[in-house]
Amino acid sequence: MRLLDPIKISYKNILAAKFRSFLTVLGIIIGVASVIIVMAIGASAQALILDQVSDIGSNLVGVLPGGSEEKGPPAALLGTVITTLKYEDLKAILSRSNVPDVTNGSGYVTGVATAKYQDNSFSVTYQGVSSDLPAVENINVAEGRFFMPEEETNLARVVILGADRVVDFFPNVDPIGKTLTIKNLNFTVVGVLDKKGASAFSNSDQTIFVPLFTAQKLLLGIDYLNFIRVKANDPQNVTRAVSDIKITLRQRHSIEDPADDDFTVRDTAQALSTLTSVTDILKYFLASIAAISLLVGGVGVMNIMLVAVNQRIREIGLRKAVGARNHHITSQFLIEAVFITLVGGILGIITGIFISYLAAVIIRYLGNNWQFIITGQSVIIATSVTFIVGIVFGMYPARKASQVSPMEALRYE
Amino acid sequence: MIMGLIQARNLNKTYDNEGVLTPAVKDVTFRIDKGEFVAIMGPSGSGKSTLMQMLGFLDRPTKGEYLFDGKNTESFSDDELALIRNKKVGFVFQAFNLLPRTSVMENVELPLLYDSQREKKEMIEKKVIAALKAVNMEHRATYLSNQLSGGEKQRVAVARALVNDPEVLFADEPTGNLDSKSGIQVMKILQKLNDDGHTIILVTHETFTAEHAKRIIMMKDGDITQDFPVQNRRIARDGEILK
Repeated sequence: MRLLDPIKISYKNILAAKFRSFLTVLGIIIGVASVIIVMAIGASAQALILDQVSDIGSNLVGVLPGGSEEKGPPAALLGTVITTLKYEDLKAILSRSNVPDVTNGSGYVTGVATAKYQDNSFSVTYQGVSSDLPAVENINVAEGRFFMPEEETNLARVVILGADRVVDFFPNVDPIGKTLTIKNLNFTVVGVLDKKGASAFSNSDQTIFVPLFTAQKLLLGIDYLNFIRVKANDPQNVTRAVSDIKITLRQRHSIEDPADDDFTVRDTAQALSTLTSVTDILKYFLASIAAISLLVGGVGVMNIMLVAVNQRIREIGLRKAVGARNHHITSQFLIEAVFITLVGGILGIITGIFISYLAAVIIRYLGNNWQFIITGQSVIIATSVTFIVGIVFGMYPARKASQVSPMEALRYE
Repeated sequence: MIMGLIQARNLNKTYDNEGVLTPAVKDVTFRIDKGEFVAIMGPSGSGKSTLMQMLGFLDRPTKGEYLFDGKNTESFSDDELALIRNKKVGFVFQAFNLLPRTSVMENVELPLLYDSQREKKEMIEKKVIAALKAVNMEHRATYLSNQLSGGEKQRVAVARALVNDPEVLFADEPTGNLDSKSGIQVMKILQKLNDDGHTIILVTHETFTAEHAKRIIMMKDGDITQDFPVQNRRIARDGEILK
């Protein structure tokens, strides 16, 4: 028997029971397609997130309150309110004598409140930021102006709107000079931002910006910062800037042992690598869930092969009677199982790619910068897992077939 | 002493059905030489089919000695038995046992595909056509097995048994599922093959069919009761009716 012979036999048997074979193959198609789709969506989502982080710029450094393990997330991200980061820390970092490589920086506080203009009332996310924000985050003012440096601290009641918020509050009128009410306090709209799109950390289009002290004192009643973001003069100097910032803050907070740090300094490269590892874990976790459906498909293959062994027991007997050895029968049924799963695998890959592409088209149509990514890795994983499923689930029926006694088989009614 | 092709000495077969022992063949001893045409006869349950299965290496005896071509087969492994079935013996069954939805050619070439020294495609084709010619079925070579009549199916089965040029051809009730005209045709082919030098062992319960052989071994309850040469051997002719 040559390799081609059992493949021919398998092909014939699949055609002989078309619908049943289709159902079996369908189980594998669904399994493989799910793996491909999940891996594709995972890869695209990962690319989207990482792109957004890189968009922010590779020379940004973030300072978060609270210490953290080297690799783990800062405590502030876990929802704990830590009040150790102050405006004075920002000032100290921005001082050239402390951190010479930092050119711009902003403190951030965030809150949610109802804002109102005439009859238009919305719950909005507002951010208290420094006047330096446009330089730090590459934000452009479309109309009007950003905060003056003095407004950062003089409790000025001015507000700048993200592009989407203009449409919400002032669909038909020029917003500049109009008065917006936030928490029953009147604010004058002094500027409107260009549309920028969502980034990894925030969506400036939907945010409204108020001066830092105004937000702290008038809207939130706090004296600490949620975080600080500063910009280094060159991406190559980021490492030096990070260590200067740490030294500065340790001095200010009277910390001697770095293990006692009550702050965390992260640069974009670090954030990217953390995000990559987190999204990788998510991607493979989801793919392994999808792979469970492949196992279910494998059980289907085993089932149909066991039925086939019983149905074709006379054929097995005859083949043995004319000289087939046990290994001939084993390999015939094994190849048949692998053939069925591989056919399902190939169809599943095609289906998976097609559905992933369709999803990408739809998501892009909905306005997201979504890439269609099929990695060779996912195709290889899907194909090899299918192959293994075929062998593993085909082995038992194949061995059972080979152990049939020719005489018993020929007698079988 | 001339060595027989088949020598059975105190051959036994006992079936064990979940502890219930049923003896099917009891202590039989006989010899069959090359070129013989032997009919093993007896009512159902006499053990004739079981005996044929042991002689044809489809089953192993529980006790006793079976020498084939002078060699004791007791120590043969499953694979060695498969090799003998492939090279030295051919089978014709009552139920034809052709592969469904498979062409006549492919059915006949089956034993050649399991040959460890597989020949070239042209050689295989040549052998298949020769075997089909021997049973007058070459005109149906491309037909699917399910498109054939019962008689035609059995002739294809005979061709399949012949294709590897075996030393012995075993036929288990080959006319049992056939109308009398087709039955005679099959018997005619078997007699022709025997004339050409093939050893043939036929299992049947019909006296008329058995009388086409040269020797009859009668069995009853697992024992051989008689073993005699056929005096007035029947010669199968076209137009004759199998009674």
